[in-house]
Amino acid sequence: MLEFIQQLVNGLSLGAIYALIALGYTMVYGIIKLINFAHGDIMMVGGFVGFFSLTIFQTNIVTAMIAAMLTCAVLGIIIEKIAYRPLRNSTRIAALITAIGVSFFLEYVTIFLLGPSQRVFPDTAFPIKAYNIAGLSILNKDIFVVISAVALMLILQYIIKWTKTGKAMRAVSLDQEAAVLMGISVDKTISITFAIGSALAAAAGVMYGVYYSTVNPLMGIIPGLKAFVAAVLGGIGIIPGAMVGGFVMGLLETMVSGYGNSLYRDAVAFGVLILILLIKPTGLFGKDTGEKV
Amino acid sequence: MQIKNKFIRFCIDVLVLVALFTLVQYIITTGLLDQYYQINLVSMCINIILAVSLNLINGFTGQLSLGHAGFMAIGAYASVVMTQMMDQPFIVGIILACMAAALGGFIIGVPTLRLKGDYLAIATLALGEIIRVTLQNIDYVNGPAGILGITKMTTWPWLFGATVVTVLVVVNLINSSYGRAIISVREDEVASELMGINTTKYKVIAFVIGAMFAGLAGALYAHFFYIIKPETFNFMKSFDILVMVVLGGLGSTTGAVIAAIFITALTAALQSFPAIRMILYALILIVVMIYRPQGLMGNKELSRKTFGRIWSGRK
Repeated sequence: MLEFIQQLVNGLSLGAIYALIALGYTMVYGIIKLINFAHGDIMMVGGFVGFFSLTIFQTNIVTAMIAAMLTCAVLGIIIEKIAYRPLRNSTRIAALITAIGVSFFLEYVTIFLLGPSQRVFPDTAFPIKAYNIAGLSILNKDIFVVISAVALMLILQYIIKWTKTGKAMRAVSLDQEAAVLMGISVDKTISITFAIGSALAAAAGVMYGVYYSTVNPLMGIIPGLKAFVAAVLGGIGIIPGAMVGGFVMGLLETMVSGYGNSLYRDAVAFGVLILILLIKPTGLFGKDTGEKV
Repeated sequence: MQIKNKFIRFCIDVLVLVALFTLVQYIITTGLLDQYYQINLVSMCINIILAVSLNLINGFTGQLSLGHAGFMAIGAYASVVMTQMMDQPFIVGIILACMAAALGGFIIGVPTLRLKGDYLAIATLALGEIIRVTLQNIDYVNGPAGILGITKMTTWPWLFGATVVTVLVVVNLINSSYGRAIISVREDEVASELMGINTTKYKVIAFVIGAMFAGLAGALYAHFFYIIKPETFNFMKSFDILVMVVLGGLGSTTGAVIAAIFITALTAALQSFPAIRMILYALILIVVMIYRPQGLMGNKELSRKTFGRIWSGRK
């Protein structure tokens, strides 16, 4: 039983990271119906910005995270402006293929500039300590990841529920044309959505760096895909769904590694995706809207 | 007159193909084509098979599949198990590769083709990865280490024959009533359903045939490059093929062939700069989608007619 709870604790921080990435997926999908394939790579860029902020500028971890979030927010806006905006009225397949292109672009420009090798997160930035609570060993990095992720989610909830921008975002995702008629600037709202989503991914990138102590240019692919699975699991476009989905994926992954074969870790995530898509494509929290003909 | 013309055209086609075949065979046997160019020639043919078969699914049927490398893996492993472990001739390996990949396509296609658009894309991507992870965990085929020292059996006649058969089957399928049904699914699924077309059936047919040829490509690949491992067939490989299809034109077989040749040559030229190669791929995807979403060729084909037009200088 103790071991099970220990696995649960381990999975919680991983789940928090997935949840943060999944939030960006879900927000972007909710507003322009695009699977932003490059989202995992924005997370990677965030991880690298955090890394350089820690090593070159010797900042502390919180500053590094804020720097990463700001950089990626700008990056997200630029990507949306250059690559996705011209395609807003084309087919969804065209937009998806473009997103795959953007994902490649971010990965290999990073490899081109920084080399393909992985870099170790400096120990001094985050000295690892283990606490023993009731027989459970809890690392301070787990606490850091979970607390900052939950804090960011609360801020996000506040923005979406209580601010004017959040109201505009909800309006655009509900009905874009009606939103325009109400005087909402759709372009601006979509830009803000990308900025917020990318900032969350960047925070997740720094956390991922702390969690695994390394960053590398291709580190965004697999967490990106898993976070996508999390978003679909919770019902894509639904924000609380992404949070729950993220935690479920994180827990599932640690359970599979802990009790089963860790080689199957990634396959299980994809298996979950297939099952969800086949049984309940709208996700756990999704409403069945039926197909319009 | 009509029939006679048709026959003459057929004879010309056969002659051109035979000439091309003998020419390349000649320069290979005389040693004019060194190892480096031979490898590229092989990659070119394999890529043509992959691009044409993926184009059948993505371009003609309009179902975005991102798991093509998975079927290639099935084909490669099935053929290697046959030829290396059961000591069967190459032809048995190839036939089994095609059958195994087609069966895989059927098993994966039936449930997933109910999904639409981007959901289908992600589901096929996931299934392709599941195939890879499964192969990594099968000890009989050495797991992640892969199989080494495969006898080289892929020769020019095999390659040429396989490429021609693939292109012919796809072209003839598209020009048949099946092909028209398949294209109608892409154009408007609801409308074609109203016309009494069993859309799921045609989607599955296209998917299975596409998967089958991917298996063929996998078998040819395995018996030329000595080594196969699951990592070779990850989703980056699927994206490689996707770049060819997108560049050539979604729904143009000649476009797929030209793009496959072009991309293979580009890959060979940029061999020492892998990062730049991938950046170029990325830019191709983005720029083509923004400025020419139908691909370079769109759904047009290069045919005798086009050449005739260029020949006589008419537009």
